[in-house]
Amino acid sequence: MKQHLILHVIAKIMIPFIMVFALYVQFHGDYGPGGGFQAGVIFGAGFILYGIVLGKEATMKIVPPPLVYTTAALGVLLYTGVGVAGMFLGGEFLNYSVLSADSVAGQHLGILLIEFGVGMTVASVMIILFLSFADYRQPESENTN
Amino acid sequence: MLSLHLSALQVVIPLLAAPLCAIIRIPGVTWLIALAVGIASSINSIAILLHINRFGEIVYSLGGWAAPFGIEYRIDSANALILLIISFIYLLGIIYAPASIKTEVPEKSQGWLYTAWILCFTGLSGITISGDVFNVFVFLEVSSLSTYILISFGQDKRCLTAAFRYLVMGTIAATFYLVGIGFLYSLTGTLNMADLAQRLPDLISQNTVAVAFGFVIVGLAIKMALFPFHAWLPNAYAYAPNAVTAFLAGTATKAAVYVFIRLTFEVFPEDYFSGFTSSHHIILAVGIFSAVITSAIAIFQDDLKRLFAWSSIGQIGYIAVGVGLASTAGVAASFLHLFNHSIMKTAIFMAIGGLFFVTGSTTTAALKNAGRRMPWTMAAILIGGLSLIGVPFTTGFISKWYLVSASLEQNFWWLAGLILLGSLVTAAYVWKIVEIAYFRKDPNVKVVRQEAPLSLLIPTWILVVANIYFGVDARFSGSMATQAANTILGVSP
Repeated sequence: MKQHLILHVIAKIMIPFIMVFALYVQFHGDYGPGGGFQAGVIFGAGFILYGIVLGKEATMKIVPPPLVYTTAALGVLLYTGVGVAGMFLGGEFLNYSVLSADSVAGQHLGILLIEFGVGMTVASVMIILFLSFADYRQPESENTN
Repeated sequence: MLSLHLSALQVVIPLLAAPLCAIIRIPGVTWLIALAVGIASSINSIAILLHINRFGEIVYSLGGWAAPFGIEYRIDSANALILLIISFIYLLGIIYAPASIKTEVPEKSQGWLYTAWILCFTGLSGITISGDVFNVFVFLEVSSLSTYILISFGQDKRCLTAAFRYLVMGTIAATFYLVGIGFLYSLTGTLNMADLAQRLPDLISQNTVAVAFGFVIVGLAIKMALFPFHAWLPNAYAYAPNAVTAFLAGTATKAAVYVFIRLTFEVFPEDYFSGFTSSHHIILAVGIFSAVITSAIAIFQDDLKRLFAWSSIGQIGYIAVGVGLASTAGVAASFLHLFNHSIMKTAIFMAIGGLFFVTGSTTTAALKNAGRRMPWTMAAILIGGLSLIGVPFTTGFISKWYLVSASLEQNFWWLAGLILLGSLVTAAYVWKIVEIAYFRKDPNVKVVRQEAPLSLLIPTWILVVANIYFGVDARFSGSMATQAANTILGVSP
């Protein structure tokens, strides 16, 4: 769709706003509606829009598959890591209260990190899903397209 | 404090290891991580068992949030036993894996295979130890999704349709289960098993409870491949990589059976399953019917993996018979057969993997001369087969003994007869294998001794020896199973 100039320009304008909004949903999730899952989907949607307009190859240049696989796993690792940190600091698995001297601050820190891990994994998985299915072509119809 | 963390570690260790494997993706390194997880979890599961025997059940509140509101892990002798089975089968499966999947899975995919495998193990451990019905659902999904991936690593292209079919069935199962616990939640406002068990007796006459019960039972029956919800299993086992089949045969359906027993006898009010709804008759009838019929179907299979997959459905039938008897002796027989069946079936599938390694095929035709060509591999299949029949000095005999005495306890002579009929049918398909492997000699072919490599034979034979050991000395398995049944049915020993 590179030849569609309007789509191209509007997408380029929209994408930064989509991503900033994703970050807002991510980090304001402690106080208002939102959180890692929603933020991840919005963040991933930014890349998917880019992919739809500029094509799969261009997207793969920005987010090479090995990188997305790694960030997807890193998100889970961050989540589990925060849980284990709670265990090392003398609490239960995923007990955030012990993460800081003040238990309320600890809860804040814990949920922030956990949600960041969730957001990272969800965004990466959204991109992986898009890239995997964008690849799919029926063998016969390839020539006719 | 550390002893309390034991329960969480069972899930946390593999949960840490799985993303690590996904990042590294180098087959050799991921295998080492998977192996380390197996060793740590096996030691952990033994520690949990010892801890429970000394101090009683372990209760662990995740995140420090106390029980009815937070998620808790609750381990007593019933889940400790299942945990032990799953951990050790996983460990042996991982030891077995590299030589086996080398011939089946391309090198660049192997890192992902181990990642999915560890995740599957995470899910199965989670299902087993969680004391929260929704948490069980989450882990059920973790294990199911990774199982679909594992199956789709198979060499035969048909593994993809097998995996997809299991995906559809597994999703339906998970939905049924979720709808069931949704009804329970709307009624009681709690998802904690112990809390549900306290609140449900007052609501026993409500139709919502009956509907929830139905949904939960059907959902879990699909996951444990209970007849007539077994259709996904034969292809899934037949087309998955051999090492994966061996692992799944010993663990996947077992965790579902455990949840089934836990929910029907402990979470739902006492006598709800057996007295109020009388649904134990259905489970009993379905169990014994499938034990006989699916064993008969197994006779006509030409592929060894598919043959033993059908046999697995039959064995799940026997476990269901024990559950359907709804007595302490019956449930103890079920737990015992869970333990015994995972030992023998994993050994058989490992041996079939060895056969595949040498002959490149798992059809019954590949068995020709196998008795002389690879005596150790064939002996493992033979001993596993004898155990399935229930020949003395194998674990199968102990299972059948418990099951028959549990049915005689309620004067079900006809049931004891049918169980023995099932054994006869089992003998028919085991004989079919023995006949081809040992007696059908091809005079034109000179048999060269060609055994499967030691890395395949050793894990197989560890299980074969365990099979014989627990068949001769059933003190450990028998007392564990009885203790588990007593805990779940609330009988003081």
